[in-house]
Amino acid sequence: MTAARKLRIMTGSMSNFVAIRDVQLVYGKGVGVQALDGLDLDVKEGEFAAVVGRSGCGKSSLMKLVTGLLPPTEGTIEVDGKEVDGPLKIVGMAFQNPTLLPWRQILSNVMLPFEIVDEHRYKVRMQRAEYEIKARALLNSVGLGGVEKKYPWQLSGGMQQRASLCRALVHQPALLMLDEPFGALDAFTREELWDVLQNLWMTRRFTTILVTHDLREAVYLADKVHVMSNRPGRIVATHEVPIERPRRSETAFEPRFLNIVQSLREQIRAESSATDRPAAARDAS
Amino acid sequence: MTTTATTKKTKKKASSLERAMPWLVPAFPWIVSVATVVIWEIGCAVFSVPEFILPRPSRIAGVLISAADPIWFHSKHTLITTLIGFALSVAFGLLVGIAVGSSRLIYGGFYPLLVGFNSVPKVALVPVLVVWFGIGTIPAILTAFLMSFFPIVVNVATGLATVEPELHDVLRSLGAKKRDLIFKVGLPRSLPFFFASLKVAVTLAFVGSIISESIASSEGIGTLMVRAASDFRISLVFAGLVVTAAMGIVMYTAFAVLERHTTGWATRRVDVR
Repeated sequence: MTAARKLRIMTGSMSNFVAIRDVQLVYGKGVGVQALDGLDLDVKEGEFAAVVGRSGCGKSSLMKLVTGLLPPTEGTIEVDGKEVDGPLKIVGMAFQNPTLLPWRQILSNVMLPFEIVDEHRYKVRMQRAEYEIKARALLNSVGLGGVEKKYPWQLSGGMQQRASLCRALVHQPALLMLDEPFGALDAFTREELWDVLQNLWMTRRFTTILVTHDLREAVYLADKVHVMSNRPGRIVATHEVPIERPRRSETAFEPRFLNIVQSLREQIRAESSATDRPAAARDAS
Repeated sequence: MTTTATTKKTKKKASSLERAMPWLVPAFPWIVSVATVVIWEIGCAVFSVPEFILPRPSRIAGVLISAADPIWFHSKHTLITTLIGFALSVAFGLLVGIAVGSSRLIYGGFYPLLVGFNSVPKVALVPVLVVWFGIGTIPAILTAFLMSFFPIVVNVATGLATVEPELHDVLRSLGAKKRDLIFKVGLPRSLPFFFASLKVAVTLAFVGSIISESIASSEGIGTLMVRAASDFRISLVFAGLVVTAAMGIVMYTAFAVLERHTTGWATRRVDVR
């Protein structure tokens, strides 16, 4: 990250890094399934945004749209001032499933982005040692020092997910996309990883979009939480989370934290009871 | 798969037996094979089965020794023929498998043709090959190739086509090219499938070359067996079958060992280096 960019982030004089305008997404031919309708979303540079909603509301479609893996049916998506018209080349992604390559050791899994990103792919052949130092440092910072030479399936689910985060971040992407990355972990491991992610974010300040249905997770990690409606998905509300960082496990029991979680929960519940009936009618016709 | 399932079952049920006789597990395949031969021998003797119907194992062993020279000559020829055909099918199978598995267009276009071709009985093609290439080794090599490439194509294609979509997303959002997806993920992932298919393909290659030899050749174990049968030397036919089976087992084992050493990650072995 350049010093200038860091300065802009620190002083708050930052522009929208991701700007989604009136996006509509229809799957399938003919009438099709409308996944998103009239979706607007802004994420500032260096901001940590969370998108919450019920499962099936189109959160994962949103991920694919922002990264350019899927073109929108209507509307525009801009990332870093440029309209997205194909897969972005420098995004870090992590999913609920760690998706590590089982034939590669952890270190070599984390090195994978270097072998693919244009900027590094030729240099990494000549300067493998230097790149390995970066990867090892990152692994150390998430508590994975000493397992570099292990295979993914020799590690626990939580450790695999840490490695998956490292793979998403090792090439210093400007944008990190997380799709329920901690969904498959037990409660203790999940909360440990919240702190791991928070620490990484605080030192590197990459722009992040976290898609989750865990409201506490969203409030714990994000600067802004966006609530998505049921299908067809759009943003129905945005909550600022004015809680200073680093947030700690005690923070999650403070009234101001719980108030935000509670109002998010009510909003999502109201949203689903409002749309249940028309949705059922649509299916029947 | 069947063997692992059985071992697991025996482990659970007869663990006391295994503990009492730990040598039983490695010795068991030998015990089964030897018992089969012994029952065969005794059965032939008790029911006094004539030699031209079903020769006794001891008689087959005798022929293996007394006719060792011609058997060695013909089986060597068959082995070389088979391995050339098999090498062709590995090269061709890999290339076509990669093409079919990595492109939906090629998959859609070529797969029906491949399936149709695989359904053609290869024995019917041998006369055509003879017309094209003459009697002898070349039709046998080609039959071995035609018999064995299909499982390789299917398995490599399956390995490539079943890569987790999320993994593709991760790589594409880093700017990965089609080539990266194939070489970094698709091919390594399809290696276990590939090796599994080699074990099937090599035995099919033997079937192919022997079919062709028995129809149109003057050399090879297939020729030997057809000639022996027409002379009613059934023991020699069986000797040929035994040699063929032995070559099949050796090749199968070789690829099983290779598979274990190259793709240990797929079976989650603890001692992988």
